[in-house]
Amino acid sequence: MRFLLIIPTVFILVTTVFVLMRATGDPITAALGGRLTPDQLAERIHAAGYDRPILVQYLEYLRGVFTGDFGTTLSDNRPVTEVLTTYGSATLELAAYAIVVALLLGIPFGMISGYFRDRLPDAVLRILAILAYATPVFFAGLLLKLVFSVWLGWFPVAGRVSTNGEIAMQMAGADSGFMLVDAFRTGDPAVVLDVLSHAVLPAAALGLLTAGVFLRLVRTNVIGTLGTGYVEAARSRGVAESRLVRKHAWRPALIPIITVAGMQVAMLLVGAVLTETTFEWRGLGFQLAEYLQARDFVAVQGIVVLMAVVVAVTNFLVDIIAALIDPRVRY
Amino acid sequence: MSAVATITDLAVSFATDAGPVRAVDGVSLDVSPGEVLAVVGESGSGKTVTAKTLLGLLPETATTRGAVVLTGRDGRETDVVHVSGAKLREARGRDVAMVFQEPSSVLNPVYTVGWQIVEGIRAHGEVSHKVARQRAVEVLRQVGIPDPEHRIDHYPHQFSGGQKQRIVIAMALVLGPSLIVADEPTTALDVTVQAEILDLLRTLRDETGTAIVLITHNMGVVADLADRVAVMYQGKVVEQAPVGELFADPQDDYTRALLKAVPRIGEGTARAVERASSRPDGWADSEPVVRADDLRIVYPGRFRQPAFTAVDGVSLTIRPGEVLGLVGESGSGKTTIARAIAGLTPVSGGSLKVLGTEMRGAKGRDLKAMRPRLGFVFQDPATSFNPLLTIAQCVAEPLVVHGRAKSAEAARRRVDELLEAVQLPRSYGDRFPHELSGGQRQRASLARGLALDPELLVADEPTSALDVSVQARVLELFAELQKELGFACLFVSHDLAVVDLLADRIAVLYRGELVEEGTGAEVLGAPREDYTRRLLASLPVPDPVAQAERREALRALQVG
Amino acid sequence: MSAAEITPVGTQGAAPEHLGGRGSWFKKLPVVHQVRQSVGLQRGMLIAGIVLVAVFVLVAVFAPLIAPYGWSQLRSLDGAFGAQQAPSAEHWFGTTVGGYDVLSRVVWGARTALLVVIVAVVSSIVVGVLLGLVSGYFGGWLDRLLVVVADAIYAFPSLLLAILLAIVISGGQSNMWGGIFAAALSITVVFIPQYFRVVRSEVVRIKGEAFVDSARVLGTGHWRIMTRHVLRNSTRTLPLIVTLNASEAILTLAGLGFLGFGIEPTAAAEWGYDLQRAIADVTSGIWWTSMFPGLAIVFTAMGVTLMGESLNDLADPRLRMRARSSKVSGDVAATSVEKGDVA
Repeated sequence: MRFLLIIPTVFILVTTVFVLMRATGDPITAALGGRLTPDQLAERIHAAGYDRPILVQYLEYLRGVFTGDFGTTLSDNRPVTEVLTTYGSATLELAAYAIVVALLLGIPFGMISGYFRDRLPDAVLRILAILAYATPVFFAGLLLKLVFSVWLGWFPVAGRVSTNGEIAMQMAGADSGFMLVDAFRTGDPAVVLDVLSHAVLPAAALGLLTAGVFLRLVRTNVIGTLGTGYVEAARSRGVAESRLVRKHAWRPALIPIITVAGMQVAMLLVGAVLTETTFEWRGLGFQLAEYLQARDFVAVQGIVVLMAVVVAVTNFLVDIIAALIDPRVRY
Repeated sequence: MSAVATITDLAVSFATDAGPVRAVDGVSLDVSPGEVLAVVGESGSGKTVTAKTLLGLLPETATTRGAVVLTGRDGRETDVVHVSGAKLREARGRDVAMVFQEPSSVLNPVYTVGWQIVEGIRAHGEVSHKVARQRAVEVLRQVGIPDPEHRIDHYPHQFSGGQKQRIVIAMALVLGPSLIVADEPTTALDVTVQAEILDLLRTLRDETGTAIVLITHNMGVVADLADRVAVMYQGKVVEQAPVGELFADPQDDYTRALLKAVPRIGEGTARAVERASSRPDGWADSEPVVRADDLRIVYPGRFRQPAFTAVDGVSLTIRPGEVLGLVGESGSGKTTIARAIAGLTPVSGGSLKVLGTEMRGAKGRDLKAMRPRLGFVFQDPATSFNPLLTIAQCVAEPLVVHGRAKSAEAARRRVDELLEAVQLPRSYGDRFPHELSGGQRQRASLARGLALDPELLVADEPTSALDVSVQARVLELFAELQKELGFACLFVSHDLAVVDLLADRIAVLYRGELVEEGTGAEVLGAPREDYTRRLLASLPVPDPVAQAERREALRALQVG
Repeated sequence: MSAAEITPVGTQGAAPEHLGGRGSWFKKLPVVHQVRQSVGLQRGMLIAGIVLVAVFVLVAVFAPLIAPYGWSQLRSLDGAFGAQQAPSAEHWFGTTVGGYDVLSRVVWGARTALLVVIVAVVSSIVVGVLLGLVSGYFGGWLDRLLVVVADAIYAFPSLLLAILLAIVISGGQSNMWGGIFAAALSITVVFIPQYFRVVRSEVVRIKGEAFVDSARVLGTGHWRIMTRHVLRNSTRTLPLIVTLNASEAILTLAGLGFLGFGIEPTAAAEWGYDLQRAIADVTSGIWWTSMFPGLAIVFTAMGVTLMGESLNDLADPRLRMRARSSKVSGDVAATSVEKGDVA
């Protein structure tokens, strides 16, 4: 039953965005305020329908959100939906890389840290995790860029693919938006390598941050389950220590870990926005920063609503997965 | 025959926030093959620490001295205190196994019970999964799990508490260890289930010849199962003797005091008769302080879960100055009734009149007149006081709330009187709740309950969290105060013997329904209902000879 | 052994910190008490955290004395600083693309960060605790509604919410105090659900404790129960959340600045804004404009996090480390059996 909360949650998020975006007035005044005469402004406002009663606008907005129509951007006159579909894949790809990095580092090191709690391996890992958390992802990005791109020249400075790679993709008709997929479709290993080398630094910046959070999460929960009666009981039956961690402590800890990890999707998206800006990774986050600079609040509203809904839906799915893993719920 | 376990001059201390604390101090014990050695003591006596040392299960904060040598069935010796991790792991499960107190927290909730048993088997040598599973089914059958071929694939939460404890015993048994350490194996269970588990342990000992170290605080359990007893007090063994000898002729003062403190059925009967005879004429017709008629209490379901009927069609009365003992196992609804009388749980059906106020549908305002006339004593001494207030402030709270005093300071004289009445030094008023022991806190709780000189006191398991010697003192105090002040009382407990000590009449609850009600002599002397009989027969008495007879009587009841 | 030999068991061991003698008030202070209680790694982490936080606070408070120049100063008596100057004797940390002195901006930035953290944490605690207390205590439909709203906002990507609020509050940019309040209030709204959730769940737990039942049996009024029994008991974990949130506040402020929603460079110094201006510098190998403000963020956030994490460990008896003695020692203590009870 608690799963049905997704409906009011999405509703509240969507409404919150509308209220906040319109609290200061209409988007046209915000974007073009100083540049047009009052008459021109009024005309534009009337044409866009921003002079109608707020309730009518709100209902229209709701209808738009649920039919996938987010209006047209003010700065470059594109349908917002097109912006979302064009750049969404890039953000998704970056988030996927980061999750892979986070899982590969966070889970094993979190288990090690939990098991060797308060001893040397734990001390080192914990401090690294805190460092990862305390470093803003954009500063980590700038540092990586400085060292590995500018000074060492190992990786490209910015972007998702070099011009040659882009041409190769266009020729192969690969336009899914997921660079790695498209690169494989060109069949050219050089293009794949090119895409990967562009991805390494952004993935590392966002992945390290997420890994730090995961490590802490895994560590705390594994420590919690390692202290339970059933782990002591398994130990009393002669079960080996490594197995106690990998099986007895890990599986029950997984349920809260998955739930809390779901909540980190919001953090991951915020991180993606900042990482994209740092590396000119043309995804939704990069686009959002551009539209914010241009004070194009129609576009901003569309991107923010999409991200909020994505977070809510992911949390909802993650809750269901956590429930499915738990035999006490299943049976 | 050589011992299966020998403990020599064991000492253990723990690092705590207050520096090292010694838990076990120079203990020497040995256990012969096939023997049940009971280690008895109250909290803080070091009995559980001693038990855990046998398996090398102490936490990292512990420092250990002395030797603990286990001898397996193949004659291999392992010194648990000094051996390496790998050797210790081999010995666990094979030479020594453990049965824990709380079966629901000892089984891993996300694995099937079969998986957990098989894991134990395969941790000790190359066994194919099929063979191990076969062995697991056999051992589950041995401990009395019906339909083990099918049940082996169930998760722990699909079993009842008693069955879970059977599974824990199966896990301990599966590799045929020469010694099983059972740490309070029945404390978390209801008394009828306790009797079954004790029976199972006895049968297994007889069939497999496994020695058992039984850690317990319950003298009845000791009398039921033990061959030999070691009494521990403050980290030391104060007395060791065969069970018959210990109960018949205890040598140490502490043992004697402990045995004397155990409540026995029948002790209270004389007192109740005496009180009944001294009631004034017309008392039986006086207006009762509590009258429940066909009382029904339902906890509403949430999110489509069905509503739960905790109390169903209960009728009872408590007259002025009378003590009604309410007995039942967990889930019987006894606490719910106590809370409803105090206005903490709403009444769903029937009628409940407390001190002239109808509780059904009553709002806060309706209860105003009744509240100062009712006192309540809670079960858990750990949470019944606001940790941020001093004892004096807590005890003064009723006086301040009901306008008898302007502030806690102004009420101090009355508070001091109350503390003295419950035999606490006045200076304890300035202490914080966590600075008092459990028994002291329950006495302060009694002082708070009596602060307004109520006509009715509701006591919800007030002594069940206390050690037996502390319980004896609190019960005695309770009886004295009741006699002196003459308040009526609803006394809730799961322990028949405790209720018998205090109550004029006893009401037995089973699954929300009132099974039987009458004086102590009627209910305990000649129970009419099957359930009461079973409850009574399941309660182990602290006397090995009498307990052996009762065991037979219970078996006859179960067969019949 | 006779009954007289059964030693009385006092409360030693149960809670020695409350029995400290005269002059021990210092040892009982928050933080000081924890430092004394901690051992080993936890002590190291705690002290490292305290030192970093202390440096941050001192720099923020004494910024006018420490900073060689003002945050928006472009020239000294010797003339203009010049843009993107490498670190030198005049400018230890170099100058930015806009021609500001990096060291001065880093120092003044500490002040901005501290003010934002204080305003954000104080206001979100006040609102969050109040809502959580009322909602958790009374329950009912209002509680359910608040929980759903709080959960929804909690799930909202925090920086995006802060951006929206920054737009609402200040239209995107403003002067020093306006900017600080805009940033702080944006962060406040993000944090309120956290405090609300924590306090509410504590209140719900405390409400079920016997001492609250005991007050209800007496007919104690709601106001008295809430203030005397529930409130203080349910806010014990707040200091921990405050420290953990303080680091999040610093990072969110920096994120806002990095996206251009901070404070104008002429109004106040802000680390995130300076980092945004430094993106292009990095590509051309100019490292000092990003390195120093970045490190300032890292050290501050790290200090607060270290402090919060180790306080969290110390507050939880299961996680707290204790000095282990090599020999068996200490007294047998802390049983609940008393002399008078066994007689």
